[in-house]
This record gives sequence, structure tokens and C-alpha cells, in this order.
Amino acid sequence: MSEDFNDNKTIQAQSSEAISGGGSGIASDADYVRPAEVADQDLYHGHSFITKWIFCQDAKVIGVQYFLLATFTGIIGLILSWLMRLQLGFPELVPFMTAEHYYQFVTMHGMIMVVYFLTALFLGGFGNYLIPLMVGARDMVFPYLNMVSFWSFFVAVGVLLASFFVPGGPTGSGWTLYPPQAILEGTPGSGWGIMLMCISLILFVAGFTMGGLNYLITVLQARTRGMTLMRMPLTVWGIFTATVLAMLAFPALLVGALMMSLDNVLGTSFFMPTILKAGEVLEYGGGSPILFQHLFWFFGHPEVYIVALPAFGIISDLISVHARKNIFGYRMMVWAIVGIGALSFFVWAHHMYVSGMNPWFGFFFATTTLIIAVPTAMKVYNWILTLWRGNIRLNTVMLWCLGFIVTFVNGGITGIFLGNVSVDVPLSDTYFVIAHFHMVMGIAPLMVIMGAVYHWFPLVAGRFLDEKLGKWHFWLTFLGAYSIYFPMHYLGFIGVPRRYFEMYDSPYITSAVGMNEFISLAAFIVGAAQFILIYNIIKTLKTGKPAGHNPWQACSLEWLTPSVPPEHGNWGDRLPTVHRWAYDFSVPGAKEDFITQTTPPSEVAHTKVEKT
Amino acid sequence: MHVGIIFFLVILGSVLFHIFTPWYWTDVASNWGGMDDTITLTFWIGGGVFIAVCLFMVYCVFKFSYKKERKAEYKPEDKKLEKILTWATTIGVAALLAPGLIIWNQYVNVPKNAIEIDVMAWQWGWQYRLPGEDGKLGTTKVVNINDNNPFGINLDDPFGNDDVMIQSDVINLENNRPVKILLRSVDVLHNWYVPQFRAKMDAVPGIVTYYWFEPNKTGEFEVLCAEYCGVGHYAMRGGVEVQDKQDYDNWLQQQETFSDLIAKQKILENEKTKLAKK
Repeated sequence: MSEDFNDNKTIQAQSSEAISGGGSGIASDADYVRPAEVADQDLYHGHSFITKWIFCQDAKVIGVQYFLLATFTGIIGLILSWLMRLQLGFPELVPFMTAEHYYQFVTMHGMIMVVYFLTALFLGGFGNYLIPLMVGARDMVFPYLNMVSFWSFFVAVGVLLASFFVPGGPTGSGWTLYPPQAILEGTPGSGWGIMLMCISLILFVAGFTMGGLNYLITVLQARTRGMTLMRMPLTVWGIFTATVLAMLAFPALLVGALMMSLDNVLGTSFFMPTILKAGEVLEYGGGSPILFQHLFWFFGHPEVYIVALPAFGIISDLISVHARKNIFGYRMMVWAIVGIGALSFFVWAHHMYVSGMNPWFGFFFATTTLIIAVPTAMKVYNWILTLWRGNIRLNTVMLWCLGFIVTFVNGGITGIFLGNVSVDVPLSDTYFVIAHFHMVMGIAPLMVIMGAVYHWFPLVAGRFLDEKLGKWHFWLTFLGAYSIYFPMHYLGFIGVPRRYFEMYDSPYITSAVGMNEFISLAAFIVGAAQFILIYNIIKTLKTGKPAGHNPWQACSLEWLTPSVPPEHGNWGDRLPTVHRWAYDFSVPGAKEDFITQTTPPSEVAHTKVEKT
Repeated sequence: MHVGIIFFLVILGSVLFHIFTPWYWTDVASNWGGMDDTITLTFWIGGGVFIAVCLFMVYCVFKFSYKKERKAEYKPEDKKLEKILTWATTIGVAALLAPGLIIWNQYVNVPKNAIEIDVMAWQWGWQYRLPGEDGKLGTTKVVNINDNNPFGINLDDPFGNDDVMIQSDVINLENNRPVKILLRSVDVLHNWYVPQFRAKMDAVPGIVTYYWFEPNKTGEFEVLCAEYCGVGHYAMRGGVEVQDKQDYDNWLQQQETFSDLIAKQKILENEKTKLAKK
């Protein structure tokens, strides 16, 4: 195989001489790409239905499997949110809704959406599908481990959903699972429910670690020739950095879940102080409930960025492709992703300003939290500066991008309220917090996911999704979600606490009954609108407009595979060679408004390419 | 065309909603008006950024939407612009952080003349205790708690005897006198929260947490639990009544001390044993 590469180089050098004519020596120098250090390796090829589609080692299939299972779990989360909104908007309409059920739905909705939907979808789904294609690898470096990763996730979801059917039902301790309440009677699911939740999380983390190792090592070791780190699409940078965060953050969750299970089952007292329950002193003593909160949020805050960074990366690529313009300030974007990732480990206790930890920590964590706003703001500026003087295609993908910018900026700014320690005091544990984090890490990443689905569906399925349905889907989702969460901030201002099954008749709360009804109606519409996408996918899988090669005229490698959709091994006989970054759009002097990453400099010698 | 218009209307609608909303702060009834002011400041700066970014986006949508004959600008980086934006953002962020930290400094430093109030939380209710004439609360232990000693006061602690036990889930406060709320919990996390006072802090079993405020409006207020504590969380209410000094002193006089309570219990028990003997 290594001889092949040498041939390849010779061929390119010759062809470039032929094209550029005079000064051929310079041209061939410019086209030179360092030879590969290791020979190309063959993969395990599935040969039966089971090895091709079920226990499959192809990262693309695994990506789709992750995507489908995460979406399935997400739909359960969506239905739970409907039930919650029914109770909040129209109490007493649902006869079976007790406080126990309500809190169980709240908990499962939160955990499902954050971990089993968003994390699994961005990293497991997009990560698996896109990383090997975008860096020019044939597959992930450990395909077998990658397969086990998905099936661990599958079992984790199974265990999670099984908790709906055990005695006492699923845990109702809130997605933060704070002890002591999570494992004491008085909280629904304090026996079986919380135990299954902890087991499921442990399985998820184990499975995720297998996948995460794959993403990291593939990016570090399996990039094709010429694909330097600073030529990678921002999608890969985002997923890569998020995976680093996940590898460091998830162990804290795992340990927390493990210690709480020991408290629950064996009667240890990691998180349990002396407790008086129904007139009796329990056999616990000396533990610290706040210790769990530190462990949880040491995971929980990076978790926000585990979801956000891939979203940042993907949206950068979508905006760039559909504005026909290079992403503005690529290097700044990369360093912002890395910087945000690093800083995200020093901000966790901003979730705990009023937790009873030593209040002097507040000064430190407020400062670090607001520092993180600077690189985040730079990313926002660079997105809109990418639109500036672009040539913007207002297709469905771009609509999701614009929706993302609005919701993300909105949610980012309310984050400055909550991060600023003393401002957090009146707002924490109110609906302001719910509105904030749904806007910034619920709706904004969802906009990215949807944009990404409309963008990459032609690659995955070889056909376009229907644009008309796509636009209906977008406007209903964006306008609906915005009218859910924008007014919800104001519930927080009047002081409505979160996690209230019922509001009773506090005067300042009853004034918001109308708003609660409105929010619930909007939530039903937004939820229902998501089924438009499912219909769209089913409809266009067979009958959609064929996409062909590189339908969006993009520059990055995933669109340059010999066959669409890409086959196992991605690249046919020969791995691609990369000569430039992924954003050479609208280069002055170029024949078309894009130059692919594989185009050698000699072919575009007459253009004014600034950066390669 | 219509895309830009709809996005513009979303921004306009957000601003109008903010201006005309009937849902806004309850009137602040404590010294923490500074928190409201910082929020207002954050609204001006943050809201300004939100509007500016979104309007710029809308402008781009109008001005640069796809035309076949046009080619986008090719400009990978603009160091100067990026530098300006970084510094402007840093200054804006610092301007928001400074007042936030100043107020937090007040929040964590309790004035010397504050009255301590022991707020004990349990699933699902509140109990209150005030220091007696010695100005000090007696020390407590969860294991001491029983019907006769609802706060678990250590019986050998002399400071405990004159502690004032409030036999109600409503606590009275003196207007314009700072209070230090000492929070305890016997079971799970709770949070003693009165929206009008703005302040809050979790009660954590095993430790004593605190915060302070100075009520500055007389009247009755509702206490809510602000940290999820199990199925009864939403129903865990209490009350506060802020009174002028004279009314407050009258109210305080009527409350029983811990030693009163024990004496009463002893009489009751003696009567019981007498009855049993007869």
C-alpha cells in the first residue's frame, strides 16, 4: 500500500506541472504532501445482515444507530414534557397525574434529554458518522470497541426505561439526583428507581468511554495525509474537544452514582448525614450532601459544553457552506472551542451559589463564569460576521442556523444573569433558570441538530429532504419554542419556584395562570411539529430528489467520497490527500465559488487563496 | 424577504414584551434592591447585545441573500476587528461582574447587629427558634429531637434554656432590623425563600448554613421552599410577618421559651403519673 502512496504523489506532481506550465518546480513543491507514516489497513467487512446492520463495526452505521436510538429516547422525553405541561397549564385535566408522577416525569425528561438524547446524538450520532469522513479515515480506529459502545448505550437505555416498570416507578428526585432525598422515602422511586438510574448512568459512561476513545484517537492518529489539525472542519474540533471534556467529566458522575448506590444499598454514608425521618433517627451519619453536588456539577457543567461544543462546530460549518463564505476567524474559533472547553472545568459551582457551600467560593466561580462569556461571545460575532458580505442561501439549513443564533444569544445572555453570583440569588431555583437552560442548551442545540439533519441527510441517504415540509418544521419549531421560553423568564422574575407540582393561590403566581396555559399550548404544537421531520424522512427516503455528489458545493472531505452514500471504508482504493482548510469559498479568481480540500494548489494557482 | 421580516418581528416582539409585561418583580421588601439594580443593568447591557447581534443578523439576511451573480467576500481573518470585539466584550463583562461581586460581598458579610433566627426545615414544614435574653442560641443535635425538644437543643447547654420557641409556621420579624437566618434541616435539602426579600439559601442536613437580609416593608409574606425536597415540595409553605418594633416586641413577649416548654411538659407528666397512681 505504501507504494501506492508514492505513486499517488508522483501522479499529482506530474499533473500539476502539466497544468501550471512554467514554474513547475514551485508548483510541485506546493502540491507536496508528506507521505503516510503507516500503510493503509483493511477493515473487517460485515457479510451478513447481522454483521452489516446490527452488530456492525462501520462507524457510519453505528452513527445512524446512535441517532435512531437517541431520537427514540428523545421522543419519550418529549412525551413526558407534554404530560408536565398538561399539569402546569391545565391542572386536574389529567386524572392520573399525582405529584409522584409529575416529579418522575420531570426527572426522566431532564435526564433523557441531557444525557440520552443530546449527548448521545451529538457525539455518538454525528461524531461517529462525521469524524472518519471529515478527517479522511476509513473508519474509527477501534471499530469493534465502537460497536460495543453503541450496544452499551442500548443496554443503558433499556435499564433506564425498565425503571418505569419496577415497584415504585422511576426515580423522581430531579435530574440532579441530589441525596439525601434521592434515596429516602418521600421521593418517588427512592428504592428501585434510583438504583436503576445509577446503573443506567454507569453503563452509559462505560459505553461512552469506549466511543470517546475512538473519537479522540481517530482524530489524533488517523487523519489522512495533509489533514493538519488546523485544517480540520470546526465540526471535528467541536466534537473532539467535547469528547476530551466528556472523558474527564463523566468519571465524576460515575463515582457519584456509584457512591450513592452504596449509600442506598449497603448503608454507607458518603452523602448521608444524621437524618431524622418520621420521628426516627436513621442509621446514617457524617456524610456530606454537598459532596455529591460537587461531583455532579463537576460533571454537569462540562456536560453543558459537551452538548454545546459539537453544536458550535456544526453550526460554524453549516453557516459557512450556506453563506458561501469562509468561516470568519477560523483560528479564533478553534481557540475559542479549546478555551471554552478548558474553562468549563473551573465554573461548576456556579450551579451551587445558594447550595450552602462556603459562600466565599462565589467570588471565584462568578469570575470564571463570566470570563467564559468572552470566547463564547467571540464565536457569536464570528458567526454573524460570516453572514456579513456572504451570499446567503435562505434554505432550510440556513433557517435553522439563524434560529440557532437568536436562541443561543438569548440563552447566553440570560446565562450572564445567572452566572453573576448575586444576581443568581433571587433567580436560582425559579422558572428563569428553566427558561435559560432550555433556550441555551435545549432549543439552541436542537436547532443545530435539525440544521445538521437537513444538511447531511443528502449524504446519508443520497436524497434531499423536502424543503417545503422543512420550512414548516422550522417555523413551527422556532416560533413555538421561542414563545415557550421567552415569556417563561418572567415567571422567574415574579418568583415562581421550579419543580412545583401545583402553585396554589399565591397572589403573584395566580397572575401567571394565563401564561402557563399559553406556554402549554405552544409546547404541544412544538412537540407535534417534530413529527413533520419524521414524516419528511420516511417520505423522502424513497422518493426524495436524488442528491448526487456534493450537492451543497461544500469543501470538506465528507462530500468527496467516491460513492454517495459512502460505502464501508469510505474512500474506495485510495485515501484522499488534503491541501487546504475546509473553507475556501468564493475565492477571488476561482472558477466556482468553492475549492475542495483535495484540490492541489497548482490547480488553483491563478486564484488569490490566502490560507491553506 | 419574509425570513428577515419574521426574524425582525421576533426581536421587536421580545423588546415590546419586556416593556409591557405585566409579569415582573414583586416589590422588593428587603435591603437587596441592589440585586434588582444589577439585573436591570444586565438587561441594558445584555439586552443591547442581543438586539444588536440579532438586528445585524437580520440586516445580513436582507442585504446578502443569495444572488447567482454575486460572490461572497473572501477574508479569512481580520485581526483588528477581532481584537476590538474581544476587548469591548471583556469590558462589558467586567462592568456586569463588578456590581455583582460588590453585592455578593455584602451578602456574605452579616452585620453585627443582626438577630439570629434558627430556621429548621423538615419534610415538609418549617419551625423557628429565636435566641433569648442572652442573645445566643443553644447548641443542638439531631439525635436529641423528640416531642419535648423539637429543636434537639442540648439540655446541658445553658444558652438553650431561654431560647424562644415559635409554635407556628409563621415567624414575625422586626422592620428595619437585619436578621441572620441560620438554616438547618433534619432530613433533606430545603430552601427558605421569600420572593419579596430576594435572598435565599439551601438548608443542608448535617451543617448550618446562613444568609441575611433586612426587611424594610411591613406586612405578611409567603415562604416557599426553593430546593426540591420530595413529593411535598410544592406544598411546603410558611409565612413571615414583618412588624414595627412595638408590635414585634408585643408578639415576642407572648412566645414561650425552651425552659417554659420543659416546665410545662414536666407538669403534664407529673399529672399523668399522679393519675396513674390513683
